[in-house]
Formats: sequence, C-alpha cells, structure tokens
Amino acid sequence: MSVVDMRLARKPADYKSDIKPVWCPGCGDYHVLLSFTRAFAELGVPPENIVVVSGIGCSSRIPAYTNCYGFHGVHGRSLALAAGLKVMRPELKVVVASGDGDGYSIGGNHFLHACRRNIDMTYVVMDNHIYGMTKGQPSPTTEPEFDTALSPGGTGLRPFHPLVIALASGANFVARCFSGEPNETASILVEAINHPGFSFIEILSPCVTFRPDEREWKNLVHPASVATTNDPAKAARRLMTDDGFNTGILYRGERKPYQPPVGRPQVDVSELERDFEL
Amino acid sequence: MSAASNAPEVKNLADLFAVAYQIEADAVDRYNLLADQMETHNNLELVAVFRDLSRAEAIHRDEIRRLAGNVDVVAHARRMAKWSRGESPEEASLADAHYLMTPWHALQLALAGEQRALAFFKSIVETTNDAEIKKAADELVEEEAEHVNLVHRLLRKYPRPADTWSSDPDPPISQE
Repeated sequence: MSVVDMRLARKPADYKSDIKPVWCPGCGDYHVLLSFTRAFAELGVPPENIVVVSGIGCSSRIPAYTNCYGFHGVHGRSLALAAGLKVMRPELKVVVASGDGDGYSIGGNHFLHACRRNIDMTYVVMDNHIYGMTKGQPSPTTEPEFDTALSPGGTGLRPFHPLVIALASGANFVARCFSGEPNETASILVEAINHPGFSFIEILSPCVTFRPDEREWKNLVHPASVATTNDPAKAARRLMTDDGFNTGILYRGERKPYQPPVGRPQVDVSELERDFEL
Repeated sequence: MSAASNAPEVKNLADLFAVAYQIEADAVDRYNLLADQMETHNNLELVAVFRDLSRAEAIHRDEIRRLAGNVDVVAHARRMAKWSRGESPEEASLADAHYLMTPWHALQLALAGEQRALAFFKSIVETTNDAEIKKAADELVEEEAEHVNLVHRLLRKYPRPADTWSSDPDPPISQE
C-alpha cells in the first residue's frame, strides 16, 4: 500500500463513537473496545457495513461506543437478533458482543443453536466469571468455591466450559484471548470475522471491582503451545485438558456456513400489522 | 533488526522516526482515555494530571514529526509501527487504573511507560549496525532519559499516598 493509500486508509478512531464508556477504570472491557476498533480498521470495512449486536450487561454496552451500526438488545437474545440480521443482510459483517452471564446463562440456549446453525458471524464473549452490572452474583463460569455474601460457601457448581460447548455444538472457529493483549485480540478478531461460519471468541476480561483477584490473570495467560487444528476431536482433547488460560486460535473448522437464499419477503408487512389492529 | 520480537522492525531512519512518532501518539491517546475515565468517575484531580501528561506527550509527538523532516511519519507509522503482542511502550496500563487512584499512581504509570520507551530505544542503539539509526536512536535515548527524570521530579510533588487510598465509604459492592 502506498503512503497516500495509507493516509486514506481507515484508522481505529474512525470506528469509535463520541460516547465515553462508563466502565470502571481498570475494567478489561476498555481493552476489548480497543481490539474491536483496531480489528475493524485492519479489515478496512466501512463502519456502516459492520453491525455490533449485544444483549445486557457491562460488556453489552460496547455497540454504543463504536461508530458502527449497533443493536443493544434484550438480555441473552443477542444471537437471535444477530442471526436474523445476518440471514437477511448477508453482505454485512455481524459481530455479537456478550458477557458470561448474558451469553452462557440467560442466552445459553441461543449459544448452542447459534453454534449448530453456523451462520457467518462472530460471537465475542467478555468473560469475567461474574455478573458485574448487577453487582457480583456468580455466573456460569464462576469457580465453585467463590465465597461471598451472595454465594455463601461458594456455589459448589461445576463451571460451564464455553469453548468445549462451542466446539461440540458446531462452532466453526474457536479462540481464547486475554483483554490485556489488545493487539493479539485484534488480529484474532480479524481472522474470526474473515473465517466463514460461526466464530466464537472468549475474551478473558477482568472485572476489577467484583473480582479484584482477576488482576492476576495477566500473569496466568500464555499463548497456546500447540498449533491451530481443524480436527474437532483433537481440539476437544486439548480444550478439555487445558488450564483455561491458553490463548490463540484453538480450532478452525471447515463446515459450510448456513445461509438460506434471500428473496423478497413472502408476507407483506401490512398483512402482519392487520392482525394487531385494534 | 528489531528491538524486541513483538516490536516493529526498524530498518532505516524513516522507520525509526515512524516508530518514535507512534509511541508518542499512542501515549497521547492513552492519557486522554484515562482522563475520560476519571472524568466519568468524578476524580477531577486525576483528570487534570492525565490531560497534562497527554499534552506533554503531544509536544514530544510533534517534535518527532518535525525532526523527521520530509518523512511522512503519520502515514509511515500507520503502515509499519505495530506491536504484535502487548502495546507500544509508552501506553500506560489501562488494567492498573482505579477510580480512586491518586496523582502518585498516575505518575507511576507514566514512569513505567517512559522507562519502557527508554529500554526500547536503548535496545535499538545496542543492536543496530546502521550508524545513522544509531545516532538518531541515541538522541531518542537521551530524550527518554530526560522524560524519566522529569517524572521523578514531578513525583517529589506528589508523595506516595497512605495504604488506605482505595478505601471507599460507599463502595460499589452494595448487595453484600
């Protein structure tokens, strides 16, 4: 690319809105926002051709902080919204943002079936092992011994393993990132968005307010020591035995994405409205 | 030649100026982001500190642009000044921010950034075989060493706070 082309190329700031985030200082989600804007700039897709869809929670505030189209939907239903959008507007890049509560608990069932359908979109879950926005209840990925006033003695429940579940349900791309590595996360996001089918990225994103212990994650994460595989059986064995802090692209599948033919709507909207007339 | 495996490769003088420019430009953005965070959380003393740091880095950024002469460092930096892992050396750690942090903490972040930049340019001086790059990188080392000293001097104005600095009589964990 020539110097002139570079001056005209899009930069991360082009994808950032004027709205200032209200996350707590130190929150990993700030880094995730940086990764989003860096990835979008790298892709060079105009902001109006990207849609960021979310549900509810701290992480789900992210569409407002980008300059792309956004849909801040209802709790746990971001994947359903995004699936409808992508099927009808396949030319758009659809990125779905969620958290571990929104995505794995309230939206858990949508997660399974979005993996199974394999629609060409990217699902990013900012996992902090806690419900942050509602002040610290255990989420599906909270450790069983997490002992607080809201979970006396810990939950005693086995944590959800999102990457294994994504793989078993048919996700076509599975990766884990750490929010504190925004450049690495941005390049994995670029690969995920470019990869056909349903791409799932879990981003470990510390909640410094309700899980100050997660500030230690920066010392625990490490790049996966194995190359990406396209063999789901091999990926499953690796994921079942990893320590939860391996980062990188862990599985890149070859399933054909689901995309029904897009034609004219079979029902006129006015016909639908007629049923609701008072 | 590269100063670190994750750092952009500096092959000529234009690359060096572009990388130096990007380091300062990233620092400007980062301090502004931290100032915005503190504004949201009504820590007004820190807003002023981070805005001052951002202004200081903007002066350094513009000075590098001037030193680069005919090289279009802005365009060149966007092409090659990218860190594959981690962030550019002077980007203050977002993860270490806290809504009750004090100017001492802000200056600790700034000091760490200046020290990383100093180490980065020193590693270029030590590894390059190009006399032109070595001479220019040496000047950047001197600059960064002066910035480190400046932060040390500022720290004399802001002593380390008591260990209770993060105590909040109305903490966010309201459901406990």
